[in-house]
Amino acid sequence: MQRTRAEGPEYFHKVVDCQWACPAHTPVPEYIRLIAEGRYTDAYMINWKSNVFPGILGRTCDRPCEPACRRGRVEEEPVAICRLKRVAADNKGAVAELLPSPVEQKNGKRVALVGAGPASLTVARDLAPLGYELVCYDQEAKSGGMIRSQIPRFRLPEEVIDEEVGYVAQLGVELRLGQRIDSLKALLEEGYDAVFVGAGAPRGRDLDVPGRQEAAANIHIGIDWLASVSFGHIESIGRRVIVLGGGNTAMDCCRTARRLGGEDVKVIVRSGFEEMKASPWEKEDAMHEGIPILNYLVPKAFTHEGGKLTGMWFEKVVAEYDEKGRRRLVPSGEPDQHFECDEVLIAVGQENAYPWIERDIGVEFDEWGMPKVDSVTFQSTHPKVFFGGDAAFGPKNIIWAVAHGHEAAISIDAHCRGERVSDRPPPKASLISQKMGIHEWSYDNAVSNDRRYRVPLRAPEVALKDVRVEVELGFDRELGLKEAQRCLNCDVQTVFADDLCIECDACADICPTDCITFTTEEPEPDLRGKLKAPALNLEQDLLVSGPLGTGRVMVKDEDVCLHCGLCAERCPTSAWDMQKFMIETAQAGAACR
Amino acid sequence: MTYILKPQLHHPKLPTNSLGYTRRDYEGSVSTLCAGCGHDSISAAIIQAVYELEILPHRIAKLSGIGCSSKTPDYFLGASHGFNTVHGRMPSVLTGANLANRELIYLGVSGDGDSASIGFGQFAHAIRRGVNMTYIVENNGVYGLTKGQFSATSDKGSKSKRGVVNHDSAIDLVSIALQLGATFVARSFSGDKAQLVPLIKAALSHKGAAFIDTISPCVQFNNHAGSTKSYDFVREHNEAVNRLDVIVGREAIDVDYAPGETIEVAQHDASILRLHKLADSYDPTDRVGAIAYLQSAQARGEIVTGLLYVDPEAEDLHDGLGTVETPLNALSDSELVPGVEALARINAVLR
Repeated sequence: MQRTRAEGPEYFHKVVDCQWACPAHTPVPEYIRLIAEGRYTDAYMINWKSNVFPGILGRTCDRPCEPACRRGRVEEEPVAICRLKRVAADNKGAVAELLPSPVEQKNGKRVALVGAGPASLTVARDLAPLGYELVCYDQEAKSGGMIRSQIPRFRLPEEVIDEEVGYVAQLGVELRLGQRIDSLKALLEEGYDAVFVGAGAPRGRDLDVPGRQEAAANIHIGIDWLASVSFGHIESIGRRVIVLGGGNTAMDCCRTARRLGGEDVKVIVRSGFEEMKASPWEKEDAMHEGIPILNYLVPKAFTHEGGKLTGMWFEKVVAEYDEKGRRRLVPSGEPDQHFECDEVLIAVGQENAYPWIERDIGVEFDEWGMPKVDSVTFQSTHPKVFFGGDAAFGPKNIIWAVAHGHEAAISIDAHCRGERVSDRPPPKASLISQKMGIHEWSYDNAVSNDRRYRVPLRAPEVALKDVRVEVELGFDRELGLKEAQRCLNCDVQTVFADDLCIECDACADICPTDCITFTTEEPEPDLRGKLKAPALNLEQDLLVSGPLGTGRVMVKDEDVCLHCGLCAERCPTSAWDMQKFMIETAQAGAACR
Repeated sequence: MTYILKPQLHHPKLPTNSLGYTRRDYEGSVSTLCAGCGHDSISAAIIQAVYELEILPHRIAKLSGIGCSSKTPDYFLGASHGFNTVHGRMPSVLTGANLANRELIYLGVSGDGDSASIGFGQFAHAIRRGVNMTYIVENNGVYGLTKGQFSATSDKGSKSKRGVVNHDSAIDLVSIALQLGATFVARSFSGDKAQLVPLIKAALSHKGAAFIDTISPCVQFNNHAGSTKSYDFVREHNEAVNRLDVIVGREAIDVDYAPGETIEVAQHDASILRLHKLADSYDPTDRVGAIAYLQSAQARGEIVTGLLYVDPEAEDLHDGLGTVETPLNALSDSELVPGVEALARINAVLR
């Protein structure tokens, strides 16, 4: 196996699992360290620069970082990264001075943003400081998109939305709210230099089984119903509620129903419990509120009496797998089951809908009715039209919308400046030694043995009474500090200098997780098997040195390295050093001008 | 010195031995020796050997004297018995402990100062008597704790870190041990665990006085050009006479050597020492031949390592003295104080 090329930004970025997994590549360990130091404002600003909505995401993010967290591979659970983000947001000081100021001198380019959700707002945040004139349209009376309409208030208070959406708006974005775009052609004809479509996936899928029309008054589409609750149009629901579907929207629906008077609320899904799309913690939260989740039940019909819903029939199925491992749901043969209810919420998926985009203006669509969008530049087949968020590739979540927004902003900026959108600006990366002196490191390298802390919750008798009372209390500073110390500082890298090593074995002996081996060089698959602890996680790279004095090589498996720095601490020649790797993905305007 | 604690977290797939212990369970506290010290590698080798031999930690007694090497028992086998003696007096204390309780496994750890200078006589007599023990000298050829003077094992003509040439002859502990009748004699190098771990395992399972001289570079004071105990010098001049595999119990034997090059030696405790010959003429059961081989290699400037001599039929001090099998602390009053009649019988024999 060749000597590892650790010089570019790529190799060490991958070692920071959380940051690598985050679509926006937020520097997670850096802000967690700042939280531990009590520098909440600084921690917030690092987040704000990277993901625009720290307070919102600290409550609602789908947290792809947490399943990736190295801590989850060396003990039971990952660091509570998402809720630590909220600690930064809750405890920050004044940030107004730290935000960019509105630009007086505009650059003469006009960009229209369709939809005022996270993707459009990210584009606006990135482009406004560069002098763009931005006009943002949304059919709702308030901005925020799905953040405001679909996420229930008991998970995300209105003032948090107002605050963070406000930070973007104050940069000089013209919000045209309550104004629905019905024709992209007409919009383009208004002479915009570029149009960004961040209109989400606004159509909830329906369920066409017998009785749907007759009992329509008591059957609601999940996301529409959630929006009506959010905007105060709906304030109650029947006593017995069935929620159909196994995604996060279904979880929001059932928990909301519980707070609007639903006493007997249950979730019923077609698939098995394990395969449900909802995040494990969202399922846990629902069950914690006394909501059972029944699985392997396929809806067959609504029952009704005199135009009023009385219940639903379900067919019991079992999962069968063919030789290719594909799952099929086949009838179990058990008798169909009937569940009585007063109302049904359908949360079986969301779809994109583009009736307002004319098919003859140059924006091409694929066979599934989705626009053809470049996955790097987010440009459509019309050079002036860009897509992002759920509008680009179907329903995902806020953090993906933000990541799309950043990339689209780079493209729009390049397009408006007459440059090629395919030329992507490189990230800013640095690698700096953390050695302060003998046995002194600039980071707290002692590894905490604590298990993951639970976020304190409001008592159910209070939380379930009011849909606007936030159920999670968040970590206080003390808990936040303890949880922050569980972070392994994976961005402080073990950097190896071949020419300094004397092969004394000190690092291999001290390493608590047996990551380091000195051995003869072999092709990678053989090498992985013969290490002190076999490197079986193929997702994780090996750091391999060049030939050392004895002809052997040093091999370090990155998989379960605790970044404790003991290898560097016990190295007599400083062949090992702990160096902080920082990477900031490029945002619009990053390149030299 | 390292201030941070070694994290408790370990590799999620860290294996356990048949006792249910991981290798990490045999560790001690974090070393306070200089970074890169060869002694730390020897500690790691001891941990590995005891883990592989699947010995219950409380069955081992580790004893040492004074010096860098004698500090190391704190850094391995944290759950075993320990005794840190006066300078150079480890062999006597170990002999006494062994006489009192022969059921423990005795591991003596010493250095070149502790064994070749202040405790030279102690070393000689414990070996001579055939005390059942493993005696490891962590030999760096320098007084590290007092900042770099030559020790009794520094080679004549070698240079100190300050450039001073040593004019005294060196004591070769391996040759001495062979002459004194040690029944297991080996030399190894802290930088070669593949060799060292099986030697420690074999020594621990040997009945009789087992001696291992382990060259262990002092990174701080004896790892420069002109030193004969530096990492570079030892690697360049290391002449291993054999490679050892220790086969305990009914483990599958899967070592694949060409026939005729391998000999097997069965020890008292049924462990088998499988020796793969590297030097054609070398016979590790020939004490006289071993001494001659060592002398000639030394004249050539080579450092001979490996299992140099083993007597699988060895007897120990208890066999010679005919002592009681039961540890003294487990004998009852009636056995310890047999009464007036028994005394009279003994006295009659002596008249």
